[in-house]
Amino acid sequence: MGKINLKLIKSPFNKENPITVQVLGVCSALAVTAKLEPAFVMAISVTVVVAFSNLIISLIRNTIPPRIRIIVQLVIVSLLVILVDQVLKAFVYDVSKQLSVFVGLIITNCIVMGRLEAFALNNKPLDSFLDGIGNGLGYAWILIALGIVRELFGSGSLWGYKIIPQSFYDIGYQNNSLMIMPPMALILVGIIIWIQRARNKDLCEK
Amino acid sequence: MKILREILDKLKPNFEKGGRFPWLHSTFDAFETFAFVPKTTTKSGAHFRDAIDMKRTMTFVIIALLPALLFGTYNVGYQHFHSINPSLSFFDDIWGNLLFGLSKVLPIILVSYIVGLGIEFAFAQHRGHEVNEGFLVSGILIPLIMPADVPLWQLALATAFAVIIGKEVFGGTGMNFLNPALTARAFLFFAFPSSMSGDEVWIAEKADAFSGATPLADMMAGASLPNTSFMDMIIGIMPGSIGETSTIAILIGAIILIKTGIGSWKIMLSVLLGGALMGLTFNMFGSESNHYAQLPFYYHYVMGGFMFGTVFMATDPVTAAQTERGKWIYGILIGAMAVLIRVVNPAYPEGMMLAILLLNVFAPLIDYYVVDSNIRKRMKRWKLAEKLNTKGVDNV
Repeated sequence: MGKINLKLIKSPFNKENPITVQVLGVCSALAVTAKLEPAFVMAISVTVVVAFSNLIISLIRNTIPPRIRIIVQLVIVSLLVILVDQVLKAFVYDVSKQLSVFVGLIITNCIVMGRLEAFALNNKPLDSFLDGIGNGLGYAWILIALGIVRELFGSGSLWGYKIIPQSFYDIGYQNNSLMIMPPMALILVGIIIWIQRARNKDLCEK
Repeated sequence: MKILREILDKLKPNFEKGGRFPWLHSTFDAFETFAFVPKTTTKSGAHFRDAIDMKRTMTFVIIALLPALLFGTYNVGYQHFHSINPSLSFFDDIWGNLLFGLSKVLPIILVSYIVGLGIEFAFAQHRGHEVNEGFLVSGILIPLIMPADVPLWQLALATAFAVIIGKEVFGGTGMNFLNPALTARAFLFFAFPSSMSGDEVWIAEKADAFSGATPLADMMAGASLPNTSFMDMIIGIMPGSIGETSTIAILIGAIILIKTGIGSWKIMLSVLLGGALMGLTFNMFGSESNHYAQLPFYYHYVMGGFMFGTVFMATDPVTAAQTERGKWIYGILIGAMAVLIRVVNPAYPEGMMLAILLLNVFAPLIDYYVVDSNIRKRMKRWKLAEKLNTKGVDNV
C-alpha cells in the first residue's frame, strides 16, 4: 500500500472542480438537481462509479492494448453503472424512478471517461481510487448545493419536508417556479463559477 | 443652478483621494454629472458619436416615456373603478382615477429605482468605475411593463436579477446582450406566473365579478375579435401592463425618439413590417376555423405590448443589431416572431417579450453576417480589379 495522497482528494473540491473548472458533467447537474434527494443519490452514484472504474482500469492498465482502451473502459464503466442501477432499484425505488434515464447516462458522463483517460491509465491503483473519490465528491458538492437552493426556493422544502412555514405563504410569499426549471440551474452554476473565480484569480482565463 | 454648483464644489474634496469618503467617489461623481455636463474630455483618441453625452440621451428617453407613463397611471385608476362600476365612463372621475393610479404606480417605480440603482452603485463603487447611466431608463421601463398589482417583493427580486445576471455579470451597461427591463419581466413571467398571467392580474384590485380579460386573452379564448373596440385599443382604454396600453401615447414617444435620433426608425418600421407580413401570411394560409389566424394584422399592433416593445424595447441601442442592414433583418424577425408566438403557441398569450429577447441573442450573429457579406463582396470586387490590372488595359 502506498502513502495516501490527500491532495488528490482535496484539489477537485476547488481548484480542479469537475463542474466549475473543467466544465464536465454539466448536463446531469442541470437535470437531476430540482430536488435534493435525487441530487444526493446521483452524486453518490457517480462518486462510486468514478472511484471503482478508476481503480479497476488502473489495476489492468498495463494489460490493455492502447488501441482498444476506450472499449475496455466502456465495458467496465457500464458494468458498474448497471450494478448501481440495480442497487438503486432495489433499495430506493422512488428516487430511481425520478432519476430515470440519468442513471444509465452516467456511462456517458464526461467526468468518468475524463478521469480514466487523464489519470487512471497512468497512475497506481490507490492514487487512482483516491482521484476518483475526490472528483466524485467535487461533483457531489456542486450537485448538493444546487439541490438545496433549488428545492428550498422552488418547492419550499428540503428532502421532501416542508421548510418554509405556511404563515409565509399566507402573507404573500410564493415559490419561485423558475428554480425548478433547468435554465435556473445553469445560472446558479454560473454564479458559483463567478464567486469561485472572483476569489481565486489564477482560475481566470487570460 | 449656481447654488447647486457651489454646494457640489464645496463637497467635492471630501470624495477625492485623501478626502474623508474616497470610497464614495463613484456615488458623488454620479450625482455631479447628473446635474451638470462634465467638463472633462477624452484624453486618448476620439470616440464620441454624438454631441450630447449618455446622461442627456437617457433623459430624452425618459421624456419620450412620459406620455405612456401618465396615460398608464390614469388608466390603472380608471380600470380599477370601472371594474367596480361598469357604467363609469373614461372621464367621469379624473382626480379619483389619477390618485388611485399614482398610489399603485409610484411604489412600483420607487422599488424599481431603489433596488436597481442600489445594485448599480454598489458594483460601480466596488469596481472603481463611474456609475453607469443605463439604469435611469431601465428603472422606468420595468414599471411600465408590469401589471399594476405586481407584489413589490417580487418586483425587487426581478429587478435585482435583471441588473446582476442580465447586466453586471457581463460588465455593466453597454456589455449586456439582453434588454435588462425585459429580463426582469421574463424572470417574473417564469418565476411567478400567477402574478404575471391570467385574467386576474391586469386590473389593480379588480372587483371579483368583473372579467379582467385583456384583448389578447379574448383572442386566446377563441373570440373572432377582441371584446374591446379597435378605437379603445388605440387610445389605450383596456386592461394590461401599466405603460403598454395606449398606442397613441407610445407613438408620441416614438416621434420624440426619432426626432432626437436616439431610437432607430428603421427598427421600428421593420418590426411593424414583420408583424404585418406574418399577420397576412396567417390570413392567407391559416385555417378558417382559427379566429386568431384570421385576425387582421393591424389588430396585432394595438393589442398587448406590441407597440411598446417596438418603440422602446426593440430599439435599445445596446442589444439591437448595429449594422444598418442588420437592423432591418432584426426588426422584421421580431415582428414576425411576436405574431407567430401569439397565434401558434397556446402557452404564451404575449409573444413580444420572448420575440425581442430571442432576437437580442441573435443580434450579434446578424451583425456578423452583414459585416462578413460586405467584406466578401468588396473582396470579389478587389480581385476582379486586380485581374483586370494584370491582364493589361488593352484587353479590357
